[in-house]
Amino acid sequence: MSDEIKPDELLDKIDYGPRSESGSKSEPASWMDTSVQIRPGMYCYAAKAESVETLSLPNARPWNPLEDDWKLPDNWQEILHQGIKDRLEKFRTFKVFMDICVRCGACADKCHFFLGTGDPKNMPVLRAELLRSVYRNDFTTAGKILQKIPGGQKLNGARPLTLDVLKEWWYYLFQCTECRRCSVFCPYGIDTAEITIMGRELLNLIGLNIDWIATPVSNCFQTGNHLGIQPHAFKDMIDFFVEDIEEVTGVNVEPQMNIKGADILFITPSGDVFADPGTYTCEGYMILFKYLKDKYDLNVTWSTYASEGGNFGFFTSHETMKRLNAKMFAEAKRLGVKWILGGECGHMWRVINQYMDTMNGPADFLEEPVNPITGTKFENSKSTKMVHITEFTADLIKHGKLELDKSRNSNRIMTFHDSCNPARGMGLLDEPRYIIENCCDHFYEMPPNTIRELTFCCGSGAGLNAGENIELRMAGGLPRANAVKYVHEKFGVNTLGTICAIDRAALPTLCEYWVPEVEVYGIHELVGNALILPGEKKRTEDLRFEPLPGVEEEEDE
Amino acid sequence: MNQKYLIPLTAVFLLFLIAYTGVEGAGLQWFFGIVFPYVAIIAFLAGFVYKVLGWASSAVPFRIPTTCGQQKSLPWIKQNTIDNPNTSTGVFVRMILEIFLFRSLFRNTKAAFNRNVSNRLSYSWEIFLWLGALAFHYAFLVTLLRHFRFFTSPVPSCIKFLEYIDGIVQLGLPGIMLSGVVLLAATLFLLARRIFDAKVTYISQAADYFPLFLIIGIAATGLAMRYFTKVDIIGIKTLAMGLATFSPTIPEGVGGLFYGHLFLVSILFAYFPASKLMHMGGIFLSPTRNMANNTRAKRHINPWNYDVETHTYAQYEDHFREKMVEAGLPVDKPLDKKE
Repeated sequence: MSDEIKPDELLDKIDYGPRSESGSKSEPASWMDTSVQIRPGMYCYAAKAESVETLSLPNARPWNPLEDDWKLPDNWQEILHQGIKDRLEKFRTFKVFMDICVRCGACADKCHFFLGTGDPKNMPVLRAELLRSVYRNDFTTAGKILQKIPGGQKLNGARPLTLDVLKEWWYYLFQCTECRRCSVFCPYGIDTAEITIMGRELLNLIGLNIDWIATPVSNCFQTGNHLGIQPHAFKDMIDFFVEDIEEVTGVNVEPQMNIKGADILFITPSGDVFADPGTYTCEGYMILFKYLKDKYDLNVTWSTYASEGGNFGFFTSHETMKRLNAKMFAEAKRLGVKWILGGECGHMWRVINQYMDTMNGPADFLEEPVNPITGTKFENSKSTKMVHITEFTADLIKHGKLELDKSRNSNRIMTFHDSCNPARGMGLLDEPRYIIENCCDHFYEMPPNTIRELTFCCGSGAGLNAGENIELRMAGGLPRANAVKYVHEKFGVNTLGTICAIDRAALPTLCEYWVPEVEVYGIHELVGNALILPGEKKRTEDLRFEPLPGVEEEEDE
Repeated sequence: MNQKYLIPLTAVFLLFLIAYTGVEGAGLQWFFGIVFPYVAIIAFLAGFVYKVLGWASSAVPFRIPTTCGQQKSLPWIKQNTIDNPNTSTGVFVRMILEIFLFRSLFRNTKAAFNRNVSNRLSYSWEIFLWLGALAFHYAFLVTLLRHFRFFTSPVPSCIKFLEYIDGIVQLGLPGIMLSGVVLLAATLFLLARRIFDAKVTYISQAADYFPLFLIIGIAATGLAMRYFTKVDIIGIKTLAMGLATFSPTIPEGVGGLFYGHLFLVSILFAYFPASKLMHMGGIFLSPTRNMANNTRAKRHINPWNYDVETHTYAQYEDHFREKMVEAGLPVDKPLDKKE
């Protein structure tokens, strides 16, 4: 980490004026003539061959993006050409978005990667133009005519698909986190996430994935979760949380696992089981379920087979997404539960909210979700039959079904980071805020242009949360961190709440880099701290084993 | 960079000159006044329909609206029914606002980074692109509709009323039509933006400058005819009526300037379907805007959905059965005694 770029050096680089590759600002060359330079710190390592093999995806082999030879199949251009053709027919989004952009530039300074790097090819319009330039050349009548005239290609903004262009695609399609912020501002709703999804799907046809996506996908397929945690180890980890929670609360919250006939199947990202601070959010879920079991006899089961809420298949191809997602319904059916409850995660919820029922439904073996404790019908999920845990918990709180001691979180001066996908692929905005307000005393919003549907990405989503691309992540996360810093300085905010597992993995690093005094919390960690379990001892510590507010002073007296 | 706008600019000049000299010098009124306008209209209609049908023939496998507000959730949480609609009524309102008021563009902000002082990123509301775009589109629409007075006899009262409104600001004679002036001003603004805003210059293609110059050319020739040189309005109306009634005639005494104007308009029509101007049709078909966010409540069907190979629970249990049993996890098939 010592050779890592310093925050000040990173800030010095930011310049929103276009520039040539050499850095001089005079008369920058056309972006089409500027070939890509793959720079360490900005890209992720190539997918390992064995991970690509697990799902029998094409062209598994070791390769290195920094080398000239990417070991592509001989007919890679043909494969991509056919791939584009297929997708133009299968996805209206792709076809329409290839045709109608007017390059008005409204999206240009909306992308966190552009704001953090100043690299003009990170303007969403140019990211899409990387593909459009080839589309115009190969798939439009005008392009086919103009390429026969000298200078015609250039006039048309078109270019053939060369190896240089391919490398540029790869570099910039893995500098997009599919956050959809640009799409909010586009007058035609052109969604760069959709372009990136198609682009990555195309790259996967010739084996050009990154390892931070391919290996989790492979793990998830075989062991049920991205991190490759095997069933017995998964149980071990949960048991470890049980011990920690018992130490804090005096109550054994042992959860149910792989239990047939439970009321509800609970699925959350495996990141919550694996690493701090997600683990505390996981403990929050466990405390909540224990409470509901003891008070209301609600049976929630976990599954080791469907132990992944997230879906890195979404960052690979639609087909891979479907293959991984299938486990959720399959496991719910096998266990015979009534409906499914989903944990705090970002892209997981884009997949569940906008894809799952279409891909792997209909879920006619499940019941329309009703909260058995409050009687609330979750009308918005009556077909997919999967409810977001903040919808569930907010409903419980609203009906006064949870005993919460807010004062245990009174040292948390909160702000809330809307995760991209729940915000712009779902609209889950007020549910988590309602929970925060009921679990904490102090809550301050970040500036309006940086929250809700205008939220900024953590900079590490869509499979880019690797270690080797740290400069990219810190630059991409700058707009988010900058807004956190603002409320930190203005209101003394010390806690950044979030409902996404990638956020819980990425934001601590980001905060440490830009706003070191701010800690990252999942919303259900706050619930776990505040919830008064039946028969619990007097708590003196929170789930992180930090003294609860007021406790130290009492001991001093 | 320069050739990106110099070539389109030259092209528009040349197109005008071709028509002008073609008429004034070679007497090709029949071509520029009859043949090419028909060809252009046919190309426009056929191209437009072809393009829209092409988009419509592509599947919409998933319901993926961009949600820009609170979802429909628990009954006591207030939904943003326009920016995150879950019903077709909501979608309708959202689309109306997009199409007629450019709602998304209205949100536009400008980012600035204040290095060394606060190191703060700030975002200010940037309304000029929205204003320029709205002014341009409505001025174009009104101008276009006003021209129906040439193609109709008697002129419908709605067109007369539109003219009355358009000419409500009266400064001298002949009466100023606001739309024409605004059209020219707005296109010049949009052009200036492309030339002077470095980011927009960088992303611009010749295909962005060409329609701008073309429309500037159309507006300029139109304004010139109305306000500066006297053209034979009666003759032009005769020609237009001839075209509209499919009995075209070439009137005497209509000069090259008019044919230049008409030719540029014809070029615009013919060029339209092959260009980015098709956003006019595309905006209706954009799946991130024209769909309801209700996929969890109402299943969306993917017409090409196909079965995929998954890793089943049975395969998973076969792989891990021993470890699962050892960890006390329930299994579907008991452990084989011999192992």
